[in-house]
Order: sequence, then structure tokens, then C-alpha cells
Amino acid sequence: MNRASISSVLLAIGVVIATPMLLAGQWSSLRKDGLHDPSNPAVRVLQEPAESLSLLAPDTAGNNVDWAAAVRLGQISPRASLDNSRDTEILDTVVVMKNSLTLLPVTFPHEAHTAWMSCAMCHDGIFVAENDANDITMAKILDGEYCGVCHGAVSFPLTECNRCHDVSRQTQAPAVNGDATVQRQ
Amino acid sequence: MKAGNRIHRFVWLALILVPAAIAWAEYADVIINETSEDAGVSPVIYPHWFHRIRYQCSVCHVDLNFKTKAGGNGITMDKIIEGEYCGACHNGDIAWSPENCDLCHSGVEGLETGIRGGHQTSGPGIY
Repeated sequence: MNRASISSVLLAIGVVIATPMLLAGQWSSLRKDGLHDPSNPAVRVLQEPAESLSLLAPDTAGNNVDWAAAVRLGQISPRASLDNSRDTEILDTVVVMKNSLTLLPVTFPHEAHTAWMSCAMCHDGIFVAENDANDITMAKILDGEYCGVCHGAVSFPLTECNRCHDVSRQTQAPAVNGDATVQRQ
Repeated sequence: MKAGNRIHRFVWLALILVPAAIAWAEYADVIINETSEDAGVSPVIYPHWFHRIRYQCSVCHVDLNFKTKAGGNGITMDKIIEGEYCGACHNGDIAWSPENCDLCHSGVEGLETGIRGGHQTSGPGIY
């Protein structure tokens, strides 16, 4: 082996070691997040985001966690009530919204949403539980109404157009969607 | 030697592309500074990600009546100590009690009420 190939191998080993470190670096520490006061004793006590988020199903946007997958895969099981006495009720209907102008129709999976919240979270305060009863537009969503109450703030951002504007899911059973998501891991 | 150069090029490319492909995570921390700094304490940083790992959305936003609007709840320490809002859990029973001021009031000076992380995305993901 000549010197060039030896150094290539060493560099390749370096990349293999460095990659997981770089991946862990996608969650900034509390000290450096621009919000926490580094001189506050709390930053030594509070949990660092990377400590838990790096263990959950990865995503490429928002806080880089696929929360729906994290629940489906059993990585986390958030309680449905304070004292954990209530079971999670899953509704598996899919709402298809076809009036989407030149964009693909929207498919809304109740299953992924009811795994996270009870009906009262959305009905009827945010959405009237009736077909064609909600005048939803992207302008309103971007302004924080309807889907925008959560998406863009604490759920995947509004730049992920084709996660909602997607006809492929409308003919599939929710379980098939689940498999497709798992394959992305 | 030629093969070595080719490997070198690949390795350097990988070293550049791997970090470039990683987007910084957005935490969607909720900053509440409606009255904090006026009262002489640091702004509150509520880590939404930490809480959603443990409780579903509707536990706080339906059962505990937290409106989905940063700063829209009129939360005061009096109400928390009486067991409303944060005090439903932060009572020394389910979670640590409100005398641990620093754990919530941990923000830098001058933070504005709102969600940090929303609408600051660095672009669409891969799907």
C-alpha cells in the first residue's frame, strides 16, 4: 500500500467516526440555542434535546423527529390523560379534500392525528366535523388557522407540501401508509 | 496513485456534503414573557418537545384549557400555585413544584412571547 491509499483509508475511517457526531449535532444544546441564559443554573439540570430527540424516528424538517412514526413504532407512548386513566381512541377514516385548485388533493389521515389527540382538540373549535363545512385555504393555514394552528408551529412545517397534497394515500388503507413511513427510517 | 486520488476526492466530497444535508432542528419552544420581566424574573421557556413525549396534545390543550396561542392564556404564578395551568402537574406530585423558579424562568433578557422554531424552516424535506 502506498502512502496515498493509506491516508485515504485513514480519512475514510475519520468520516465513519465523524458522521454520527455530525448527526448528533443537529440538535443544538440549551446553552447555545439563543434562548436559554447560559449563566442560569437550570441549563445544567434541564434535559438536552439531543438526549431524547436523537433516539426517535428521524425526519428531515421541523424538529427532525417524525412524531407520528415515533408513536406508531412504540418509541414513545404519551399519556391520553393526566392520570393515565384514559385509553387512546383511534379513528381510521381518511378525509379527502378535492377542491385544491391546481395542487393535488389533500388527504387527511385521522389515524395519525387521533394517536396524538382526542376529538375535542379540533372539533368543533378548529374544524366543523362535517364534509364541506370548513372554508380552508393555504392563506388561512399560513396565518395560523385550521391546520396552521399546529403545522408550522409544533408539527411538520408548511414547506412540506406533498405530505398533505398527496393522492397516493387516498386509495390505501392507513396501515399501508404506516408501512411506507417505516420504510423511510 | 490514481485510485488514491479518486478515493480522496470522494472522501472530501462526503466530508462537505454530509454536514450540508443536515438541517438544524427547530424546537418550537414556547416563550412566555407577558409579565415575567416586568415582575423582575427571566422570561419563561416552555419546551414543547419535552412535554409531548410524555402527554398527548389534548391533555393540556383540552383538559387543562391551554389555548394554542403563545401568551394567550393569562398564566400567573398565583394560578399555577392554585393548581391551574402548569400547576396541574408542577405541584411536587406529578412533576417538580413551582418553587424551582429557574427551571422555567431561564430565558435570556428581552425575549418576546411566541413560538421559536415555527416558520423558520430551512426548506422542504426529501419527501
